[in-house]
Amino acid sequence: MSLYSFGLEPVSCHAWNKDRTQIAISPNSSEVHIYQKSGKDWIKIHELTEHSGRITGIDWAPESNRIVSCASDRNAYVWTLKEGAWKPTLVLVRINRAATCVKWSPQENKFALGSGAKLISVCYFEKENDWWLSKHIKKTICSTVLSLDWHPNNVLLAAGSADLHCRIFSAYIKDIEERPGPTPWGAKMPFGEMLLEQRDCGGWVHGVSFSPSGDRLAWVSHNSSIGVVDAPSGKEVTQLATELLPQLSVLFVSETEIVAAGHDCCPFQYSYKGPRELSLVKKLDVPKQASRGGLSAMQHFRNLDKKAITEEEQNELESLHQNSITQLRIVDGPKTKVGRFSSVGLDGAVVVWDFKH
Amino acid sequence: MARNTLSSRFRRVDIDEYDENKFVDDQEEAAENQGPDAAEVDDLIRQGDMMTAFHTALRNPPINTKNAAVKGKAQATVLRVLTSFRSSEIETAVRSLDRNGVDLLMKYIYRGFEKPTENSSVMFLQWHEKAFAVGGLGSIVRVLTARKTV
Repeated sequence: MSLYSFGLEPVSCHAWNKDRTQIAISPNSSEVHIYQKSGKDWIKIHELTEHSGRITGIDWAPESNRIVSCASDRNAYVWTLKEGAWKPTLVLVRINRAATCVKWSPQENKFALGSGAKLISVCYFEKENDWWLSKHIKKTICSTVLSLDWHPNNVLLAAGSADLHCRIFSAYIKDIEERPGPTPWGAKMPFGEMLLEQRDCGGWVHGVSFSPSGDRLAWVSHNSSIGVVDAPSGKEVTQLATELLPQLSVLFVSETEIVAAGHDCCPFQYSYKGPRELSLVKKLDVPKQASRGGLSAMQHFRNLDKKAITEEEQNELESLHQNSITQLRIVDGPKTKVGRFSSVGLDGAVVVWDFKH
Repeated sequence: MARNTLSSRFRRVDIDEYDENKFVDDQEEAAENQGPDAAEVDDLIRQGDMMTAFHTALRNPPINTKNAAVKGKAQATVLRVLTSFRSSEIETAVRSLDRNGVDLLMKYIYRGFEKPTENSSVMFLQWHEKAFAVGGLGSIVRVLTARKTV
């Protein structure tokens, strides 16, 4: 695995381009910085400065090469690369609170935006008027939407929110796509229809993720638990209460393996083999080598005398990340067998992890 | 000045009740769990069967009611059981619990911290140490985030 440090500020969010030679990150400010890989280092090639509030979500569509960014200034911009520079287009999302997360749909013809206005805004491009329109999903959402994930069929959208519930909505827009076939989650999918409401996940639902086939949905919530709902098995819910601090982000790396990371500053692997069979497999971090060779006797007694400490001071955490991990993303591999994934955290570092199946 | 400034009755109106955007919690009125049976637990303690008393005291936690008296009674029962354990037996008792049991025990322990009596804090700290070894930080986070308190 490799660690890249992008300064001292936390990295709020990140997104990779199609061939993973460029990364777009936001250093806890209202700017998006795009870095290009050259050798082992990253060089900043673009700064996108249209937002006036702190950026809360970035997503990069691999095929159409567009970036969508959303911020606490209640706006979202879609950026397209024209003549070597990124040009923004404002999207009318019509929210009156900050945006919290944004995700392109799998076919990249629309994107979903979660906000503190207790609604999800699904935005698509209307060719006649040459602008981005939005439709709102508000049904039963009582608090901020914290996380979103799309189902592979480009229609279903999972949302985790601060009202302790996890829901699946239909984001079918008939102007731009065909009617979807039935799925294990349900057959009728008009826009805004709620196909699943998982009540009381125990805490704020920080992260949601669909499995590669879309038949399962995993979430992590603030009461240090991880849950999976399985559509083919009658929407049965399996929850696992962990002994760790709450996780903030979750990712399916194959149909049965899940990676989650959060306030414990390192990723953990879980395995879901079926209903009621969810378990923690292992911690994915690499232990630091014991770099301290041992104090001499004089230093030991000096420490004891001057500072009254008997052990060596430990100024660093043992994990690679020195602060909470806020977001996980797939780097390599098809969704069914992810080879590498990346994590960003409050310590300003981006780490790319190798995953062995 | 207008006459109605003399009255301060408006200060007693709870305006949060009239807020249309107010967050409404899911109400579940399962009234079965009314706290452990205090008499049964007392009997078991007198007989010296600590493990059964322990498990009985942790049954039927009053998490669904808002009745403070019921919660207080349950807390007193659990306190009695926990105090009558010897320090060496605490670890075995904690190990005999499942995940939910450890979480519930942690909730009672933190409840006990809230209202300390002369020697109860020391006893609760011993129980806390052993429960933390099994439940980890997650069990403490679940005490903090639980909407239904014991």
